[in-house]
Amino acid sequence: MVNLIWLLMLAIGIIVAALTGRIENVTVSAMKAAELGVEVAIELIGVMSLWLGLMRLAEDAGLVKMIARLFGPLFGRLFPSLKPDSPALGAIIMNVSANILGLGNAATPFGLKAMEELQKENTTPDVASPAMCTFLALNTSCITLIPATIIGVRLKANSANPTEIIGTTIVATGCAMTVAVIVDFLIRHRRRP
Amino acid sequence: MNVIAEISRWAIPLLLLLIPVLAFLRKVPVYESFVAGAEDGFKTGVRILPFLIGMLLSIRVFVDSGALEIVSHWLQPLFGRLGLDPNFAAIIPLAIMRPLSGSGALGVATQLINQYGPDSYIGRLASTLQGSTDTTFFVLTVYFGSVGIKKYRYALKLGLLADLIGLIASVWIVTKTFY
Repeated sequence: MVNLIWLLMLAIGIIVAALTGRIENVTVSAMKAAELGVEVAIELIGVMSLWLGLMRLAEDAGLVKMIARLFGPLFGRLFPSLKPDSPALGAIIMNVSANILGLGNAATPFGLKAMEELQKENTTPDVASPAMCTFLALNTSCITLIPATIIGVRLKANSANPTEIIGTTIVATGCAMTVAVIVDFLIRHRRRP
Repeated sequence: MNVIAEISRWAIPLLLLLIPVLAFLRKVPVYESFVAGAEDGFKTGVRILPFLIGMLLSIRVFVDSGALEIVSHWLQPLFGRLGLDPNFAAIIPLAIMRPLSGSGALGVATQLINQYGPDSYIGRLASTLQGSTDTTFFVLTVYFGSVGIKKYRYALKLGLLADLIGLIASVWIVTKTFY
């Protein structure tokens, strides 16, 4: 499915550019995309190093295990394949907390760390484990309490009440997250013999 | 709401203080331990680079060519058939862009908010939608790519389902709250 979407977007883009006489745009876009990829990755290396360093400190001090045990009962139900004090569970909880607080640049390092830990417990190295699917469903539909960026945009556009969309945002994400978690639960239970 | 904003403001400085202090009290060599962990940051960054470039390539070519607008235009009649106001169709580019790219979606949302006004129906809907779903496609390819997973199983469909629910819920709650 990913291969198909990737090819479709690329091919449709090139065909549209050709038909509208802007084929040279494709060259510019492609080069810019490659440059942007490096920029994003370099930026990420900095924040990743910072958060992974802090994460290692927390691990060595036994804090990650403590957090995992504290919130384990809540998250354990979502991840029945993980042990209650699994390091993956700690990273998952840190990622979700960062998402909820809207700390986007901290969420990614914790998320990638969680994937690394989940992969260690995965018995089929090139196929996603059920725990990974649950984690990504949770991650991509996670509630953000303060959508700071969009509030900033609204403020700049002279909104009478820039923060009025916080409530609607929480309700909309809440619906998406609930459905994602329930459907994931149903899939996992249907597949288990 | 101010309480939550304050928590967001204090969260990082407090983590930066509390974790090293607690680690120190537990006799962890704090500086060495931090550096050892930070080393992984570089490896991870390099590992996800090809996935970032691959995704950005196809997204940028698709958007910059004007294909996004054309596909959105095609989908417009669908809104009328669903019994919705055809004016809502202005939201389609954002709905398509949201799962693909965070910065791309923010660009589309900003443009919609400025064009229709932040307190218009489209402005509020764009704000809600931007804040309520994540860049599913992007997160999945980068996260799975970073650990070498090739078969995503049902993860992508599940993520896109959540995005669709987020879209429907946004239209519903914005209409219900403000109109």
